[in-house]
Amino acid sequence: MNYPKITRIVRITKENPEVKTIYFENDEKAKPGQFFMIWIPGNDEIPMSVSFIDKKIKGITFKKVGDATKSLFNLKEGQKIGIRGPFGNGFKIKGKKILFIAGGTGIATITAAVEEAIRNNISSTVIFGVKTKNELFFEERIKKLGTEILISTDDGSKGYKGYATDLAKQTLKEQKFDQIITCGPEIMMKKLFDLSKNISLQASLERFMKCGMGLCGQCTVGNGLRVCVEGPVFDKNVLKDIEDFGKFKRDASGRKVKF
Amino acid sequence: MDEDAGSMSRVFNSGAGAIVTKSIGIKPREGYSNPTVVELGHGILNAMGLPNPGIDEFEDEIKNLKKAKVPVIGSIFGSNSYEFVKLAEKMQSYGTDAIELNMSCPHAKGYGQEIGSDPKLVKEITSNVKNSTKIPIFVKLSPNIMNLIEIAKEAEKAGADGIVAINTVKAMKIDLDLKMPVLSNKIGGYSGKAIKPIGIRCVYEIANNVKIPIIGVGGITTGEDAIEYFMAGASAVQIGSAVYYRGIDAFKQILNEIETWMKNHRYKELSEIIGVAKK
Repeated sequence: MNYPKITRIVRITKENPEVKTIYFENDEKAKPGQFFMIWIPGNDEIPMSVSFIDKKIKGITFKKVGDATKSLFNLKEGQKIGIRGPFGNGFKIKGKKILFIAGGTGIATITAAVEEAIRNNISSTVIFGVKTKNELFFEERIKKLGTEILISTDDGSKGYKGYATDLAKQTLKEQKFDQIITCGPEIMMKKLFDLSKNISLQASLERFMKCGMGLCGQCTVGNGLRVCVEGPVFDKNVLKDIEDFGKFKRDASGRKVKF
Repeated sequence: MDEDAGSMSRVFNSGAGAIVTKSIGIKPREGYSNPTVVELGHGILNAMGLPNPGIDEFEDEIKNLKKAKVPVIGSIFGSNSYEFVKLAEKMQSYGTDAIELNMSCPHAKGYGQEIGSDPKLVKEITSNVKNSTKIPIFVKLSPNIMNLIEIAKEAEKAGADGIVAINTVKAMKIDLDLKMPVLSNKIGGYSGKAIKPIGIRCVYEIANNVKIPIIGVGGITTGEDAIEYFMAGASAVQIGSAVYYRGIDAFKQILNEIETWMKNHRYKELSEIIGVAKK
């Protein structure tokens, strides 16, 4: 039944001054790239991709950017939230060697995906791109896996100075990959799509979402593809036919907004 | 699945004969904040709040749809006759094949059902829209009013080409754990399986009192549901929530089930069963 399950927050961790992870009980099977609809009673219900997957506990990681995430940020352990999901398709974590590229809060989604790749013994290289080093999080979670992690910052405060896409371009020259998995700003993902040439690519798209159950049509892209049902992860061969990709999204009223 | 050209053509390609657009108003509206939709035991409760990009921005969506040769019924909502006329003229100029006047949204202040329960307003809006356009005009009515038959008759007198019944049933869900309504707007409209008997009753009553065609809607998820609406007097049906229950292929599946039922009961034409249950 697509009705929010009311549950108490079991744990909250602060990942950096603006990013927190909220853990809650949920025994559904979840895949990296899938998302939950999180109801903050009295405020809003928003989609959040899963950043921590355990049999009985799931986690979401978010930055305070708008009203809903700000009120989510202020919640305390033991407080009640409503959960629907997991929804959507999630990543297909396969291949011999995967290049994971996360931009900004896309790190939350990608980290869960990298953990699954390592569990499946798939060799992985990870790029985290942020504006400045204070925005970083989950670097330790990746390092614990023993996976190569490269950092890019726009201001050069840590790692490579410049965009994650430039670092990815360089990495693609140095190493051979058969799969790119990415989550982050759509402009970044579009650039990676253009860079990927003959390598497979999966990108997790973000759109304004309302029902989360494929009915309202708010989150559709291209020829009626619902990000909440057929997405949020789309393969390169589907992305190539989505004219919206990297160009525009829709606001709550359905108006087109350029990226 | 009725807000952009891509979605609407996908639904058309899944078997729908025509598409009714999301209800469009004069200005862009974001709608209510979430939760806007929840599934309940026997239906779906929603209060979207008439989100829409505004009539001017909607031009491209209609034009793209018409390029793909999709028959389109433009749904519009306004707070007065002037707005309805303006919206209808624009919809017609974009190329829609018909117009549906939303006089039945149960949860938007100053719109929908608040207008569709006032016989004078229904008459004025319908005749003004009819006089300023050339395409068929349908009036979508609410089951939440006591004077349904009177309103349907007024719409017919004012020149409506058809009646659409019903819109969602005004409803609420309170969460026991949080002790508060689930929808951010508190009150919403109930659709899906649970409301079919209400829709059937409304269509039956309207069919007994008007001569213009009726489009039946409310809780149709199978071919037999549609047949029931035809027997009550509907000449066509609209389908929405079934997309949730059966996926976008619901349209094809329902069409096949209608055909199978007709074959099994030796009917050749739909016209043979339309209104057979009437008094």
